[in-house]
Amino acid sequence: MTAIRLDAVTVSLGGRPVVDGIDLDVAAGQWLAVIGPNGAGKTTLLRAIARLVPYSGSIELDGRETGAMSRAELSRLLAVVPQDPATPPWMTVGEYVLLGRTPHLGLLAKEGARDREAAARSLARLDLLGFAGRRLGTLSGGEKQRVVVARALAQQARIVLLDEPTASLDIGHQQQALDLLDLLRAESGLTLVAAMHDLTLAAQYADRMVLLDRGRVVADGSPLEVLTETVIARHYGATIDVLPVGERIAVVPRRGSSNT
Amino acid sequence: MAFLLLSLVVGVLAGPIDIGVGGILESVAARLRVPGVETPLSPTEEAILWEIRIPRVVLAALVGGMLALAGATYQGVFRNPLADPYLLGVAAGAGLGATIAISYLPDALRGQRALPAAAFAGGAVAVFLTYAVGRSARRERDAATLVLAGVTVAAFFTALQTFVQQRNSETLQQVYTWILGNIPSTGWSDVVLIVPYVAVATVVILALRRVVDVLNLGDDEAASLGVDVRRVRLALVVAATLGTAAAVAVSGLIGFVGIIVPHTIRLLSGVGYRALLPLSVIVGAGFLVLADVIARTALSPAEIPLGVVTAFLGAPFFALVLRSTRTGA
Repeated sequence: MTAIRLDAVTVSLGGRPVVDGIDLDVAAGQWLAVIGPNGAGKTTLLRAIARLVPYSGSIELDGRETGAMSRAELSRLLAVVPQDPATPPWMTVGEYVLLGRTPHLGLLAKEGARDREAAARSLARLDLLGFAGRRLGTLSGGEKQRVVVARALAQQARIVLLDEPTASLDIGHQQQALDLLDLLRAESGLTLVAAMHDLTLAAQYADRMVLLDRGRVVADGSPLEVLTETVIARHYGATIDVLPVGERIAVVPRRGSSNT
Repeated sequence: MAFLLLSLVVGVLAGPIDIGVGGILESVAARLRVPGVETPLSPTEEAILWEIRIPRVVLAALVGGMLALAGATYQGVFRNPLADPYLLGVAAGAGLGATIAISYLPDALRGQRALPAAAFAGGAVAVFLTYAVGRSARRERDAATLVLAGVTVAAFFTALQTFVQQRNSETLQQVYTWILGNIPSTGWSDVVLIVPYVAVATVVILALRRVVDVLNLGDDEAASLGVDVRRVRLALVVAATLGTAAAVAVSGLIGFVGIIVPHTIRLLSGVGYRALLPLSVIVGAGFLVLADVIARTALSPAEIPLGVVTAFLGAPFFALVLRSTRTGA
């Protein structure tokens, strides 16, 4: 089943196409990593899918055009974990995760028992039950990241977009966060689309990779197919070695051979 | 709540003519038609109580609650801790309206009706202009654009207001007094005038108080949580502005309440907007009633401008709160 379908999606910012005629089908339950050099259009592509920037072309979620949905409908299908989420320091973890229930509530409604239950479940899934009363201002970077994922989970959307979900985490917390997302995907059949910079990390988790360069898809396939020395050299201008690690691969830059 | 009740009681009791608690209670009971109770007050005292003091306290509560609520709303919606109710040009517009009314209207028309109406109209025009200028920004139509438009419009209206004021220097004193703010002793007419606006604004904002917490995450995140950001923000801003314009129309520019009250509550209790907004109404109302008591009794029979009292008392108090919560929030 197709969870996300993009047809000739173009986003222009300041008169320049940042995302340029992208066609893309993402199967339900897939983990798709969107990779590409800085300025390739990764974040903008995610923002278009979440209808946060104007675009031309067509974007369907579960076979329905996003442009025809209300904001709340769209947010019940799709949750976003932004790269740099706002975390008001005075807000408690419990209150923050409850905000994830917003698309299920009327504009004037209060959270009910079902919403509290959903929030509690998602706190429990992320091992945060003991944190419910803590203020966001007292959390570490890794804890905050988990809290933001918990909010997205409380939204109970089948599709989750993540923009650099591990950018500010150390390697231990990177692994923890991605393992957790992988587990949630397996358990709940989530479709994950993550923009990622760390190619080795992306290669460990994603079952499909799309490489963007200047707003276009220039490679699409398994990590093994996409992460080759020639492709990386052409689009990142980097000279690298691809090393096999078990069934996966690692990308290692070669010292002193950047083409500057 | 207790704070509000207490300050209301103090507000009703305080005044140049001493009316005892017992007398007031019996008079209230008599008005409520409690059987067997007759008011012990003389007709003059009755009039002071019911036509001057109680309406003035009610008016101060309405204005204070509204200003604090509008300030808290703006701070949440614009994600700016320094946002105050006058952010979008209400104050400058109302100031111009009032100055024109004071300077040009014939004395006969300048009575109680014309001044608030002119101030209200000026405030509304200014905010409408702010919105129009903000909308015309082609690029980012975000909250910051609207704030900048507000600054622009306020500067323009202030310039006009200063010009009119300088051309009519004989009314300087009157304009100046209005700008510093005070709660008028005009009986129930001003209360009746602003109650509808304040009530509508309060109901709209409190109904949307949960969404203010969502908006405070920023436009993108609020949108991806299913909120139609532009429409909800417009509703909140219109409500807060309308209520502020009504408050300003009767009381002039009372500074500081809209910033200090929400921040004091947040620093002391660390709550999110859904609790902060209703608390702001209560504390703002109580604070302004007390400030008004001081304004009319400290140098009695002269009155100190209310804006002077709120800032004179508010600033040191706020400094104290800031100091005592260094580690919190």
